[in-house]
Amino acid sequence: MKLSFLYPEFQVIRDESKCIQCEVCVRQCAFGVHTYDKDEKKVTSDNLKCVGCHRCATLCPTQALIISRYPQDFRENYNWRKDVIRDIFKQSESGGVLLTSMGCDKEYPIYWDKLLLDASQVTNPSIDPLREPMELRTYLGNKPEKLEFSVKNNSQATVNYKLLTKLSPQLELETPIMFSAMSYGSISYNVCLALAQAAKILGIYYNTGEGGLHKDLYKFGKNTIVQVASGRFGVHSDYLNVAAAIEIKIGQGAKPGIGGHLPGEKVSKEISETRMIPEGTDAISPAPHHDIYSIEDLSQLIFALKEATCYTKPIIVKIAAVHNSASIASGMVRAGADIIALDGVRGGTGAAPTRIRDNVGIPIELALASVDERLRKEGIRHRASIVIAGGIRNSADVVKAIALGADAVYIATSALIACGCHLCQKCYTGKCNWGIATQDPYLMKRINPDIATERLVNLIHAWSLEIKEMLGGMGINAIESLRGNRLRLRGIGLTDTELKLLGVKPAGESL
Amino acid sequence: MKRIYIKEEYCMGCRLCEIHCLVAHSKSKKIIKAYKEEFPRALPRLIVEQKGPFSFALQCRHCEDAPCIKACLTGAMHREKKTGIVSCNQDKCIGCWMCIMVCPFGVILRDIKEKKVATKCDLCPDEDIPVCVAKCPNEALVYEEK
Repeated sequence: MKLSFLYPEFQVIRDESKCIQCEVCVRQCAFGVHTYDKDEKKVTSDNLKCVGCHRCATLCPTQALIISRYPQDFRENYNWRKDVIRDIFKQSESGGVLLTSMGCDKEYPIYWDKLLLDASQVTNPSIDPLREPMELRTYLGNKPEKLEFSVKNNSQATVNYKLLTKLSPQLELETPIMFSAMSYGSISYNVCLALAQAAKILGIYYNTGEGGLHKDLYKFGKNTIVQVASGRFGVHSDYLNVAAAIEIKIGQGAKPGIGGHLPGEKVSKEISETRMIPEGTDAISPAPHHDIYSIEDLSQLIFALKEATCYTKPIIVKIAAVHNSASIASGMVRAGADIIALDGVRGGTGAAPTRIRDNVGIPIELALASVDERLRKEGIRHRASIVIAGGIRNSADVVKAIALGADAVYIATSALIACGCHLCQKCYTGKCNWGIATQDPYLMKRINPDIATERLVNLIHAWSLEIKEMLGGMGINAIESLRGNRLRLRGIGLTDTELKLLGVKPAGESL
Repeated sequence: MKRIYIKEEYCMGCRLCEIHCLVAHSKSKKIIKAYKEEFPRALPRLIVEQKGPFSFALQCRHCEDAPCIKACLTGAMHREKKTGIVSCNQDKCIGCWMCIMVCPFGVILRDIKEKKVATKCDLCPDEDIPVCVAKCPNEALVYEEK
């Protein structure tokens, strides 16, 4: 065997005074880090195999394990950082494209952390959400330009109004948060089930991703957004008609410009049935939709889907946040999209080439601000709702997103973290020790959908309560009133150009 | 009576139930002491069956028509009147293993470390919920009345 130059990334520190050799760590690690030596009657660990998922440390009944960064770094300098050196070593050994998972983890600015919210003082009273009603209900879809009524005076006492304007189909959300697209295949069935159950309880929606809809999940159709992506996996009439909305996926924040790839090993019988592809074959989504090369082509697909569902469902078009998002979004609205979804550079994935994930796309905050601004200027903002995705971490991010102009947010990484994901970024290996991004029947059992559902429901409830608190503090009693209200935001530590792009004033500047 | 039921589909074979069962039946009831200082080591009162991805923890079912009680020569194996639990009086047990022979689930275990006796799940009489159920990280065991 040739010598590898790679050091371990993590080290397993085992406190021998606490380790009882119970072998829980041995059984829990799919990467084979821990082994029990029968002769020595001792568990030993191979640091090289450790991915830092913390499964063993979490399950260890005596807290005998600590997973820490391996102290021996490469001989790095400012230009040749350790991750750069590591990648070169890896590629000179494998000769392949580097793969990774989850969202971009590089040090680009996170604008959410550079935006501050307003609160009411003296002249405009704040509201206590525990004492007064607070409305988070959100409707997504095409809104009419104006409403026309017919007025009929029955008598002097009663007047009957009748709405003449035909309203477009809307998605009704109890709170402006939805679960973003994650396909059955990239995540396990149990996680799909948990997302569906949680969406139903919460009165929100989850998104199937491009992997089709498992036959057992059709009963959650009212809370499901189904996706039509470039691979068209699992798309058929029932699939479209059972859903609450249909999403055309053009791009994904983690890998703008390229399609997904589910390796054949993961295409089990169930997945092959759901995706409508032969068992064991690679599920490769083409980079573009081969029938979409212009806004006019997009319009054809949008209306084909509307025809297929008798104009009863809103159509979402999802793009990755890229340099020209604003003009593309304008085209999408004009093409007939009822909702546009923007996925920023921090958006996650089950597998993407490292270079693409880390270097393509723009931060969602800037894309959102520019898209909202452009649609307003063109007078077509009401024709589509904006949903943003890609690295929404907490309720403050949600409130800031709405103040910047979003109608609702999609969350996926946060949802997976709630289910147990520890962000080891090894989804693409299919060996997820937390039972999330795997199809291995032994590992899949680690997600009990009832526990995961409860944790998801708790998370969204908690965020909703916090959103109400923040709205109350600003003296606002409905999320509608905050939408696009950038005067309630102030930027801190931002350049003039960034402030201009975000459309917010610097902290300290009053009205 | 309340019994332990198994949700096989969520058992991930970590064996934490077995570990905590052993601790609950040790002298000190402290996990590190029970494993490192108490010899002979206490025995877990349940077994974990595993084959490939398929696994589950199995304890005494406390059968209504318990064959172990019928088979016991000395009357050591008996049903507790108050709780309905099938229990082994270790003072009476002579270690003939007839109960083990007849148990349809194979959940009566031999304790040959001190006095030769049969040992089995006692549903943790000092706890509200048996420890295997309480400590299961994936709720693959439930304790309820059906």
